[in-house]
Amino acid sequence: MEHTETQQHPIGVYLKVWILLFVLSTCSYLVDYFQFQGLVRWSLIVIFMLLKAGFIVAIFMHVYWERMTLITAILTPPVVLLVLIGFMTSEAGYTFGTRVDHFGQPEKAQRIHVKDVLGEEGH
Amino acid sequence: MTDLSIENTGGRLNSIVVDWSDEKQAFHVPWGKVMMWIFLISDTFIFSCFLIGYMNVRKSTTEPWPYPSEVFALELFGNPVPLILIAIMTFILITSSGTMALAVRYSHFRDKQKIALFMVLTALFGATFVGMQAFEWSKLIAEGVRPWTNPFGAAQFGSSFFMITGFHGLHVSVGVIYLATVALKVLKGDYDRKNNYEIVEIAGLYWHFVDLVWVFIFAFFYLW
Repeated sequence: MEHTETQQHPIGVYLKVWILLFVLSTCSYLVDYFQFQGLVRWSLIVIFMLLKAGFIVAIFMHVYWERMTLITAILTPPVVLLVLIGFMTSEAGYTFGTRVDHFGQPEKAQRIHVKDVLGEEGH
Repeated sequence: MTDLSIENTGGRLNSIVVDWSDEKQAFHVPWGKVMMWIFLISDTFIFSCFLIGYMNVRKSTTEPWPYPSEVFALELFGNPVPLILIAIMTFILITSSGTMALAVRYSHFRDKQKIALFMVLTALFGATFVGMQAFEWSKLIAEGVRPWTNPFGAAQFGSSFFMITGFHGLHVSVGVIYLATVALKVLKGDYDRKNNYEIVEIAGLYWHFVDLVWVFIFAFFYLW
């Protein structure tokens, strides 16, 4: 088939993306390591995640070089997942509300540290 | 054969109209590739259902959620390092994606030795990943984490963890078998008869997808 001939890309593209994915993974790991909290944490996690996913799909999975017909056929169906996310978010909020209403807040609402359960030598 | 280059179909957007109104086929790629993409889209929905289900139970529980960064910490040189095993697993999977991309590249040159070398390397990285996951599971099970309970907080943590990472690990294991099989067939020269090495690229799509899913699991389950 002729089209395979058009899909040769310099080896450097893969190596660059590979290094970039390493850097992005390190960044998202450091978000946890330095214990960023709140909005900074969520936005950094999502940004690094989307960048990594984008590079894997576009370069490693060759989507960037595909025809528009295939690209749209691949990328549009998952968009409907946003509807499910929306439904499930509101559903979870409702369930949480009824649980608090009927069973009350649990006594130990504080998050549990692993060392308190397993001891300092736990790991 | 008609010329389907972007220039001749009036730009990228117009090429959609041209492709979908084509009398023979809409997707101008090998059928095996289209089939793999359809499978991967359906797999996207399966993993999305798992992750959205996890979001739902995590948001609706009144019990405190365990600290993933502490639960997945490992003792290194006398200090607990948060999430270190998961970070190493992430790097291994990314590296395996890189070696797979190289195998796909060499498949365009029909370089059998190099295709097989990089595919076997990819499979070995994948097997290492599964091995580390088995270690992680045993460690958590030894600490009392079960699908229905765990000592660190909300019970839903265990069920989400075993279901999501278990299903992903199964995908990696299947991928290792898939890649090893294709690598063996490449070496035997099975694809020379039709001079068709598309399967390397199709197997590559599957492998990169497994890596892609891990990106989302890493962000939403381990880091959130």
